Amino acid sequence: MSTILTIDHLTKKFGHLTAVKDLSFSIEKGNVYGILGPNGSGKSTTLGIVLNVVNKTSGNFQWFDGSVSTHEALKRVGAIIERPNFYPYMTAEQNLKLVCKIKEVPDTKVLEKLELVGLLDRKDDKFRTYSLGMKQRLAIASALLNDPEILILDEPTNGLDPQGIHQIREIIKEIASNGTTILLASHLLDEVEKVCTHVVILRKGEKLYSGRVDEMIASHGYFQLKSKEQEKLIDLLEEHESFGRINRDNGLITAFLNTPMEADELNALVFEKGIVLSHLVKRKESLEEQFLTLTNNLSN
Amino acid sequence: MLRLLQIEAIKLWYNRSSRILILAYFILLLSIAMIAAIKFDIGPVEFHLADQGIFNFPYIWHFNTYVAAWFKLFLAIIIVSMMSNEYSNKTIKQNLIDGLSKKEFIMSKFLTVIAFALISTVFVFVVSMILGLIFSDYNEPGIIFSDLEYLIAFFVKLMGFFAFCLFLGILVKRSAFALGFLILWQAFEGIAYGVMRWKGSEALADAVYQFLPLNAMSNLIKEPATRLGAVKSVANQLGEEFSKDYGVHILEILIVLAWTALFVYASYWLLKRRDL
Repeated sequence: MSTILTIDHLTKKFGHLTAVKDLSFSIEKGNVYGILGPNGSGKSTTLGIVLNVVNKTSGNFQWFDGSVSTHEALKRVGAIIERPNFYPYMTAEQNLKLVCKIKEVPDTKVLEKLELVGLLDRKDDKFRTYSLGMKQRLAIASALLNDPEILILDEPTNGLDPQGIHQIREIIKEIASNGTTILLASHLLDEVEKVCTHVVILRKGEKLYSGRVDEMIASHGYFQLKSKEQEKLIDLLEEHESFGRINRDNGLITAFLNTPMEADELNALVFEKGIVLSHLVKRKESLEEQFLTLTNNLSN
Repeated sequence: MLRLLQIEAIKLWYNRSSRILILAYFILLLSIAMIAAIKFDIGPVEFHLADQGIFNFPYIWHFNTYVAAWFKLFLAIIIVSMMSNEYSNKTIKQNLIDGLSKKEFIMSKFLTVIAFALISTVFVFVVSMILGLIFSDYNEPGIIFSDLEYLIAFFVKLMGFFAFCLFLGILVKRSAFALGFLILWQAFEGIAYGVMRWKGSEALADAVYQFLPLNAMSNLIKEPATRLGAVKSVANQLGEEFSKDYGVHILEILIVLAWTALFVYASYWLLKRRDL
């Protein structure tokens, strides 16, 4: 697996404010990464630095194997930052052809990419006549013109209506399924959870976690159970060494695992003891729960 | 280099207002030819400007470059707005993200400035040549091709002025304010000259004034009116005599070239330092 981006002890200060503090992580080819963090946690600043629009205060970053300059490397990258920025007086097609000139790629793919994002029939309309959702889709088409090795998206669904959000997510999933590396910055946890395999979590410019989504918290998940013989079931679970905390809420019992256990094992176990379950679900913590646990742990 | 020029040409040409301004500029340059049509016919006084010798070679090079230089304000608006629009549309950010380096960005703007200055110079050369061949009293090649340094001065003058506009566009980021700043700077140079003359001496004031950018640019081509035969003879009758050096001087060209380099480099430095 080859490394696409390496960030090494990167720091950015705006006056007294430290927007990014000693940040290090790397992006490997073929994964879908999420950068998570509340607003103002330094996500956009970090992306701005590696995309050559924000100057770093200290530290280093390196694209690919470090043998090319940043602006040459960016020709192999597709990126969308915050708002889509195009020339308002030019049509979609003219704008994309200009991007091809900048990226030094032939403009043969303009129509293909416009079709991918569903804008082919509006290609001759001026950019300023587009709705926000269409602008955002045009930005994605633009970022894909060079068939990039990595696609960077900063809050791609910000400000869109539900339909627009859905369209963008479908496009992202389609791109991800083609094996393109994606780096997605967002404060929307479910968005990251739906598409990402790896996450970097930032808070106030500092990295809290980076790694696989499913290894974020050393947890084996939990069971949600229902039974007519509630008391008996709870006694059984409390005695069993595999379970830790057990919650009871409105007839639904939630039992957290200390050691791995599959649902069929548990089912067999309780049935042996003469308890019949009416509801059995094994779940992993959602990213949101994990995220909150992680940020809470550190703030305490 | 061609790629950078093409990028800028696409940006400018698709913008309707800059397209109209560019066309208007070249039509205005052509309108120098219209001076030839100026005729006063008031009873016994008959005055035909073209017959007064303004289109005589080599004087025409001086006269036409001087007049044509006034129209540079049109292109100044385009240049300031081509820079500030990149900021207001935030396309400068997108350009950099797409893989244009900051150096390339400045170069594409500066190359456009050079192209504008060069095309204007060629244009003025062709228009003057045609006018001269029609109206000039002297048509010997040796005379036609003398004093061509006015064209060089014209090119340097435009390039320097446009580079200044480019720098202001980057510095101020808003076209209206940048143009306002340009006017303010013009006033500042005048006031600075006045103060130096008042507090210091005329020699000191003149010595410093020639180095100030806008004055250095205007020094390149001095006003041609008092050089005209008709004006001179009137002045002689009134007992006035003009003894003025109308030539183009190497030092003046060097001063403007130095400012040009400074403005381009300062633009790059500003862009490099800024977070977008």
